[in-house]
Amino acid sequence: MFDNRASKLFALSLVAAVAACGGGGDAGGAGGGEPAGGGAPVAVANAGTINGTVDFTGTAPANERIDMSAEPTCEAKHPGGPMKETVVASNGKLKNVFVYIKEGLTGTYPAPSETVTVDQVGCHYTPHVIGAVVGQPVAYKNSDGLAHNVKAQPTNNRPFNISQPNNMTSAPQRFASAEIMIPVQCDVHGWMEMYVGVVAHPYFAVSGDDGSFTIGNVPPGTYTLEAWHEKYGLKTGQVTVEPNGTATVTFAYDAAMANAYVPLGKLFDPHRHAEPAPRVVADASATH
Amino acid sequence: MSVHAGVMVIPARTGEGPGSGLGCDRAHIRSRRPGLIPALVLALGAMAAASPAAAQQADHAGKPVYDRWCAGCHGVDGQGQGEAAAYMLPRPRNFVQALYQIRSTRSGSLPTDADILRVIDIGMPGTAMPGWRESLSQTERNNLVAYLKTFSRFFASDQPQVLEMPRAPRGGPEVVEQGRQAYQQLECFKCHGQAGRGDGASAPTQEDDNKFPIRPADLSQPWMFNGGGTVEDIYHRLRTGLDGTPMPSLTDALEGGIVTDEQLWAIAHYVRSLTPQDPALREVIEAGRIEGELPASPDDSAWDGVDRFWVPLAGQIIVKPRWFSPAVTGVWVQALHNGTDLSLRVSWNDRSNSPDPTWAEWRARVTEVMEPKEMGPSDAAPADAQVAPESPDAIALWFPRRIPAGMERPYFFMGNTRDPVYAWHWQSRGEAAELRARGPGLLEALAGAANGLTAQSTFDNGQWRVVFRRPIVAADSASAITFTGGQPIPVAFFAWDGDNGEHGTRGALSTWYFVQLTEPAPASTYTTPLIATLLTAGLGVLVVGRAQRRERGRKTG
Repeated sequence: MFDNRASKLFALSLVAAVAACGGGGDAGGAGGGEPAGGGAPVAVANAGTINGTVDFTGTAPANERIDMSAEPTCEAKHPGGPMKETVVASNGKLKNVFVYIKEGLTGTYPAPSETVTVDQVGCHYTPHVIGAVVGQPVAYKNSDGLAHNVKAQPTNNRPFNISQPNNMTSAPQRFASAEIMIPVQCDVHGWMEMYVGVVAHPYFAVSGDDGSFTIGNVPPGTYTLEAWHEKYGLKTGQVTVEPNGTATVTFAYDAAMANAYVPLGKLFDPHRHAEPAPRVVADASATH
Repeated sequence: MSVHAGVMVIPARTGEGPGSGLGCDRAHIRSRRPGLIPALVLALGAMAAASPAAAQQADHAGKPVYDRWCAGCHGVDGQGQGEAAAYMLPRPRNFVQALYQIRSTRSGSLPTDADILRVIDIGMPGTAMPGWRESLSQTERNNLVAYLKTFSRFFASDQPQVLEMPRAPRGGPEVVEQGRQAYQQLECFKCHGQAGRGDGASAPTQEDDNKFPIRPADLSQPWMFNGGGTVEDIYHRLRTGLDGTPMPSLTDALEGGIVTDEQLWAIAHYVRSLTPQDPALREVIEAGRIEGELPASPDDSAWDGVDRFWVPLAGQIIVKPRWFSPAVTGVWVQALHNGTDLSLRVSWNDRSNSPDPTWAEWRARVTEVMEPKEMGPSDAAPADAQVAPESPDAIALWFPRRIPAGMERPYFFMGNTRDPVYAWHWQSRGEAAELRARGPGLLEALAGAANGLTAQSTFDNGQWRVVFRRPIVAADSASAITFTGGQPIPVAFFAWDGDNGEHGTRGALSTWYFVQLTEPAPASTYTTPLIATLLTAGLGVLVVGRAQRRERGRKTG
């Protein structure tokens, strides 16, 4: 029978049940919500460093010449003749390889407030490959004084396509989810392309002219690193960072990897089983 | 408590089926306090509403309608790969990817429910997407909106970012000129061309976000704009961009002070002014009579005042190999005669003077993507013919060999063996020729002698203009028509854009229209009625007068 206290308890449990049922609509765990944002990176106790090199063996294929005759203003800024940057290799080292910690990190990392800027000079993106933390502002600058459009085509994030008719810097764009890698291109100048790697932490780097990269302020631990190259695809490496120590790692790419699978879009998470359906890419033979 | 924004979840029933929450049968609850039971019922109802299964049931109310009417193109899985998708360019929308082209929101942002409903209601002109407002009820269409949103996880986590759009200011010649200048300043011509016909330098290399070939819009055909062709529609597209395509949004530049709202509206007015006239459908192309020599050049000013007739063309999908994505959507036709010769001026938009090497890659891609799928292995092109052959731009007009007495006409698509048609054929590389057609795509040499057809053509800024001229009376009347005046003469058109991979039966086709050589109205048209009126009136006066006189006579007598 319902006396005052029991009915109150019952009503309370009803409210609790309603609140529990109403919580639904999980977004699928995609990259977490809006990070707290913040200023300086969180200081890590006994942080170490990862120094690495990306080696390249074999003969790099010649990069395609770009026909910039449609844009003489830009063509003039490339004295040797403009070339694509598909494979930039010299002295056995490979440039523009995006390296990041794939497994082994625990904890969440706030998005830095510093803006990463990509510049368009001579109808060419500089840098060619960048990394950004989830939620970190990325701005696109037009230094050419002529019309460009900046079109990003992620699959795990919302895309955008903004026109930049003259010299200007875009409003900062933030990527809400991790994704390896996001292609960015211009449609007015079809040869322009670059890639953005978005990860949920700040431990990433891009290899330079000499193939070297450094990831600093790394908490001690054992990690799996992954390297991505736009033609040669993925490579993995293990590294153990001692407290206050420096770990070294080498990725060995090879000209023979020419037919590698190069993933674009979505951070590959081996532990996620419910993934959104992949983007459809045109393949005439596959449709029927 | 559904998180699906904007959709009110109202369960059909409470306490029944899989959505009944705790599974309590309310009949078991006894109480001496009657007021508690309604409260419990309400709470249970709220729980049923809050349960994911009931919410899903409501969101999927549109599934039967979708599966029946939408899945054929958009796929049961919503990824835009239904059975019919391979026959379309642009391809049907991929709802999993959730890149919506026509919106009121920022670039990259999701559409609002109203945006999705708008496209369901009125479709997207210039694409295969029809409007469903007349075929589906409001409830069905609302349910479809909710169902479409379930295909993409973004609708659960993101909110559409609606853009504040002001009302359209007035137009006028100064605004159009301001728009023309802004169009140049923002370098729209890079893709859309100097005359807006989609023939800009950057046009050949473009593709949509799914790597399908795509062309910048021909801005002189507003009836083909995917989001509508009013000034407001155009302004909205400039602000939102067309997601999934190379067309960017200018909102960032507006907010950054690089372009003003006034300029954007001016561009919208300018773009709207690019069409020569709105195409009204008229079946009979009138060839007026002038005296003296007919203008031979397409750009002769004598053509300026001549009435233009729009003949729409559709992809040839009757005879294999079929073509579902033609480049030429219609031709403007003007006609003149001087009693001796007949001249037809035909103009149509074409992004290139084919074959153009800068479009070679486009030609290969579009052929690969649109090659009809129904052709079996025996019909397949040999392996070394991977790249689509170079072919010119061309147009063909054909007539029956003699003017039909009744409505019986030859087969509209180039006749057949029983009743061949007489054709005029012009191409961008080569001479105009009189031909005979024995059936679809079967153009061959004329059986008899030629009848003096000549043609002159011009190409600039993405447009062909061709003037055909031939004596009215056919030298060889057995195989060629004589254009007798005062009667409708059937005429049909076929256009090929070589750089779009069009040749043979791959092209754009019209049905039978008519051309009629008019004579100026003879004087008797005006004098005869007048005389008849006077005679009738006179007779009437006489008769009535006589009757009145007789009447008066009777009275007095």
